Amino acid sequence: MQVLDNAASFQYFLPEAILGLTLLLILILDLNKELSKSRLIAPWTAGVGLVLYIVVALALRVQLPEAITFHGMMANDAFTDFFRVFSGASALLAIFLSMHSKELEGVKIEYWILILGITLGMPVLAGANNLLMIYLAMEMVSILSYIIVGYLKKSRKSSEAALKYVLYGATASGIMIYGLSIIFGVSGTLDVLEIQKFLVNNPVGTGRIALFVGLVMTLAGFGYKISAVPFHMWAPDVYQGAPTPVTAFLSVGPKAAGFAILLRFTYTALAQFNPETGIFTPLKYLDITGLMAVLAVLTMTVGNFLAIQQNNTKRFLAYSSIAHAGYMLIAAATLSSLALQGVLFYLIAYFIMNMGAFAVAIIVINATGSEELTAFKGLAKRSGGGALIALLMMVFMVSLVGLPPTFGFVGKFYLFMSVIQAKLYWLAVIGMLNSVVSLYYYMRVVKHMYFDEPEDDKSLGLKGFVFPGVVASLGLATVVLGVYWGPIVTFVQESAQLISK
Amino acid sequence: MSLAHYLTLAIALFTIGLIGVVLRRNLLVAFMSIELMLNGVNLSFIAFSRYLGDMQGQMAAFFIVILAAAEAAVGLAIIVLLFRRQGSVQSNLFQNLKDRIEV
Repeated sequence: MQVLDNAASFQYFLPEAILGLTLLLILILDLNKELSKSRLIAPWTAGVGLVLYIVVALALRVQLPEAITFHGMMANDAFTDFFRVFSGASALLAIFLSMHSKELEGVKIEYWILILGITLGMPVLAGANNLLMIYLAMEMVSILSYIIVGYLKKSRKSSEAALKYVLYGATASGIMIYGLSIIFGVSGTLDVLEIQKFLVNNPVGTGRIALFVGLVMTLAGFGYKISAVPFHMWAPDVYQGAPTPVTAFLSVGPKAAGFAILLRFTYTALAQFNPETGIFTPLKYLDITGLMAVLAVLTMTVGNFLAIQQNNTKRFLAYSSIAHAGYMLIAAATLSSLALQGVLFYLIAYFIMNMGAFAVAIIVINATGSEELTAFKGLAKRSGGGALIALLMMVFMVSLVGLPPTFGFVGKFYLFMSVIQAKLYWLAVIGMLNSVVSLYYYMRVVKHMYFDEPEDDKSLGLKGFVFPGVVASLGLATVVLGVYWGPIVTFVQESAQLISK
Repeated sequence: MSLAHYLTLAIALFTIGLIGVVLRRNLLVAFMSIELMLNGVNLSFIAFSRYLGDMQGQMAAFFIVILAAAEAAVGLAIIVLLFRRQGSVQSNLFQNLKDRIEV
C-alpha cells in the first residue's frame, strides 16, 4: 500500500476541507450585521455545507483508490468514506432537530460551529492510522462535545452534565494515551499498520504483559467513547442534562466514530487478514476477542436492566443506547468480515431508529415541557397530530426491540448471524435474551401512548409539514428498509474494506 | 539513570493523578490531578522515545501538552460557570443528575 505525502494526500481530504471552509464561512457571515440578525442563515449554511460534504465524499469514494495519506497519519479506504457519509448525515439531522427544538430557541452561531467541528473530527477519528492521530481526533470530538453539552448556560442540569462529561472524558482519554504510550514503547512505532507488523513478527511475544496492559488501557478510552460498561457511567447523566438534539447527536455520531476506531484498531492492528480467504485471525498471544465478548455481554445486560427503571425519557434512551452499543460490540468480539459488515449495517439501522425516537421525544418535550416518560401518556389521543406521532414512535420502538418487519430486526439478524457463524452460540443466546428484556421497557412507552389517558389536554401543536414529514420519512425508512434492505447490504459490503498490509 | 527509573516515575505520576481524580472532592484539584496524569504520560513517551532513538514520542509529548491545555481551558470554563451559580467547587454539590431508583 502506497503512503502518500502531504501534497498528494490533499485530494483525499477535500470533503473535510469543504467542511472546514463552511465553518469559517459561517463565522464570516456572522460579521455582517444584517445577516447576523437572521437566525436561519447559520444552520442553513451548515446544512448546505454538510450536503456538499456528503456528495463530495461519495464522489471521491468512486474516484480515488484507497491509500494511506499524510505520511501514514490517515487511512483513506471505503471504511473511512462510510463514516464520512454517516457523520455528515447525523450532523445534518442533528442540525434539523436543533432548529425545531424549543430548548435551543435563539442559539447563537457558535452552536452550529460546534456541531460542524465535531463532524469534522468524526471521520478523522474513523480514518486514524496513527496512535497520536487517534488521540488527537478523539480529543477533537470530545472537547467540542463538552462545550456543546453545557451549551445551555442557564440550565443547571446542562452545566452539571458538562462537568461530569469533562471529568470522565479527560480521565478516560488520559488512561487511553498512557496505554498508547506503552504500546509505542514496546513496538517502537506509532503507526497502526507498523504495530500490526511488529506484533505478527514477534511470535514469542516479547513484552506481551506490557502490551496487554497498554491494550486494555487503550480499550478503556475507546469504551468510554462508545459508552461500554464499565465506562458508561457518564452517559445517562450527560444525555439527560444536554439539550435533547445534542443528546440525539451524541448518541449516534460520536458513538459511531468510537466504534469506527475500535473496529479499525482491532481489525488492523490486532488481527491478521488473509486477502484470499477473507478471514481475520486474532494474534495468538494477544487475543482480546474473549475480553470484548465479556464487555459486550456486560454492556447490553447492564444497559437493558437499568433502562427498565428509568422514568426520564432521555435517561431511558441513554440506557437503551448503551444496550445497543453492547449488541454492536458482540461483532467486534467476533473478528470476521461478516461481523464487520453487520456492525456497519446495524449502525445505519440504529441511526434511523434512534434519531427517530429522539425526534419524537423532542416533539413531546416541546409540547408538554416535561422530560418524564409520563409525558408520553395518551400521546395517541392528543390533538395536533398525536395519532401520527404515536404511530411513528411505535415503529421506532418496535425497531429498537428488533422485531420484524422493521430495519432493526434485519440489523440484529445480521449481527447475530455473524456471531453464530463464528460458533459463539452463547453470545448469540445472551444477545437474544437481552432483546426480550428490552421488549418490556420499549413496549411500556407504547402502552403509555395508546392505553393511558393524557395527564393534560395540551395539543402537540405541530405546524407545517417539514418536521412531521422528516420524522415520518424516518419511520417509513424503518419499515421499508425492514422489508427491502438489498441496497444497504451492497453499500455495507463495499464499505467493510479496511486497508491492511 | 536507566529507562526503568523514568518509567517508574511516569507510572507514579500517573497513578497519583488517577487516585486524585477519583478521590478528591475539589474540582480544581481534580483537574490538577488530570494534568498530573498527562504529565506522567508525557514522561513515559519521552523516556521511550529517548530509549528507542525515535523522535515520534517527543512529538507526541508536544501534542499532549497542547491538548491538555485545551482540555483545561474548557474544564475551567465549566467550573467557573458552576462556581457562579453555586459559589463552591466541591463536586458533591453537583448531584442533580442521577438514577432515581423506585422500588
